[in-house]
Amino acid sequence: MAEKVEQDERESADNGPMISVRDLRVSYGGGREILHGISFDVQRGETLVILGGSGSGKSTLLRTLVGLEKPTSGEVWVRGKNLAVISDAERDEIRKHLGMSFQGGALFGSMTVGENVALPLREHTQLEESTMEIMVRLKLDQVGLSGFEDYLPSQLSGGMKKRAAVARALAMDPEILFFDEPSAGLDPIIAAGIDQLILDLKKAYRMTIIVVTHELASAYLIADRMVLINKGDLIAMGTVPEMQNSKHPKVRQFLDRIAEPAVAQELDYLQMLTEPATKSSAGRQGKSR
Amino acid sequence: MQRAVSQAMEAGVRALPILSLITFFIGMILALQAAYELRRFGAMSYVASAVALSMTRELGPLITAVIVIGRSGSAFAAEIGTMKVTEEIDALETMAIDPVSFLVAPKFVAMILMLPCLTIWANFMGILGGALFGVWQADFTLGRYITASLDALYLRDVITGLIKSFMFGITITAVGCHEGFNTGGGAEQVGRSTTKAVVMSIFLVILVDLIFTMLFFFLGHD
Repeated sequence: MAEKVEQDERESADNGPMISVRDLRVSYGGGREILHGISFDVQRGETLVILGGSGSGKSTLLRTLVGLEKPTSGEVWVRGKNLAVISDAERDEIRKHLGMSFQGGALFGSMTVGENVALPLREHTQLEESTMEIMVRLKLDQVGLSGFEDYLPSQLSGGMKKRAAVARALAMDPEILFFDEPSAGLDPIIAAGIDQLILDLKKAYRMTIIVVTHELASAYLIADRMVLINKGDLIAMGTVPEMQNSKHPKVRQFLDRIAEPAVAQELDYLQMLTEPATKSSAGRQGKSR
Repeated sequence: MQRAVSQAMEAGVRALPILSLITFFIGMILALQAAYELRRFGAMSYVASAVALSMTRELGPLITAVIVIGRSGSAFAAEIGTMKVTEEIDALETMAIDPVSFLVAPKFVAMILMLPCLTIWANFMGILGGALFGVWQADFTLGRYITASLDALYLRDVITGLIKSFMFGITITAVGCHEGFNTGGGAEQVGRSTTKAVVMSIFLVILVDLIFTMLFFFLGHD
């Protein structure tokens, strides 16, 4: 194991994986363990989709990858540095090469869209105001929000907010881009637009992209590889066809959208109450979403 | 720096109307209360000094602090708490921006500058409120009332009040921001931490007030 780790460190410094997670455990407040020993690699330029149900720990995993949560044990190598042991200053140095798009956008409400995108540049670079303006316009162009510099986040729709958040994440030309539930709360058409944006970014910059989602359609479209997290364990990992052909019961359950047995029974019971005449228990898969 | 200025505008300048009104009333109330006792000794001319002393030494800083707690201390907790809930604090961290220096530092600068300024204004308005009563009931002219107030005051009275208000500024910002950062998940938690910030700030401001008043009393022998 120790040899393996040293090897990882050497590799990720040049051409090895961009992100390498080894036996990662995370618990909140010293008590409940959320992730029970997860290991995987993300290659340079790869798009990895982290799938999992609500409460599976997939968001915690993402937060750990950007250093918002500290591992209780294990290793998280990002750009050749182990986030579990480095100093705050080193972690901030790595973060300048990461971009994160949060679920709700997390734009600063008191600043305009332009100021939001300019913020990382203003804090971390010595660019002239005019240069910064051009950079902001460029980033907003990339996400299809040209001309929205002076709008406040509250004046934007959900999908536009998310695009603005992506523009802000792109501000520092990151090597790795993280998305937390990019299509949450969006209608299918807007969500498809965000998927397309992710695909465009991938093609244009060969960025390493990590997406946490439970939207299967979106995952199939954008993923090079997927991992499935269930109750804090990594259940399966593979390309889209590999996952679709997997025989693992939990993978099948997730991909085929089969409810947990207890929940399914409850739904049948509800159905009986609402449709006493038909007493139908057929079509469980279709109705128990 | 720009953020400190906008915070100072919000915490300071926008508080002026309500602060003026309240401290004017407080000045009148003080004059009425003092006159209630002084009238029995035929010493109504001491109303001016009674109002001036209690305003500058105690009520000016305290009332200002209470108003600022209501307007700004609560707003700090609500603002930072909401940012926590909407992951904006996390966003700052992932951008390698320290949330504390980014959000809290401008507030501290604004508050320790503005609170003493507001207090001076509050003292002035309180004395003016007292003057209204003095002119109306105690045979003062406005000019004589102001002169009597200024004669009663030593620089030390004003300075001790301002030192207190400076400390209040630190207290209010620290409590407001602390409660904001300690907000748990969910919108009702923001409400809870706002309430907590207000109650805690009032308590701590009065505690700080007591400590400094005792300090000045035993150090100053006055």
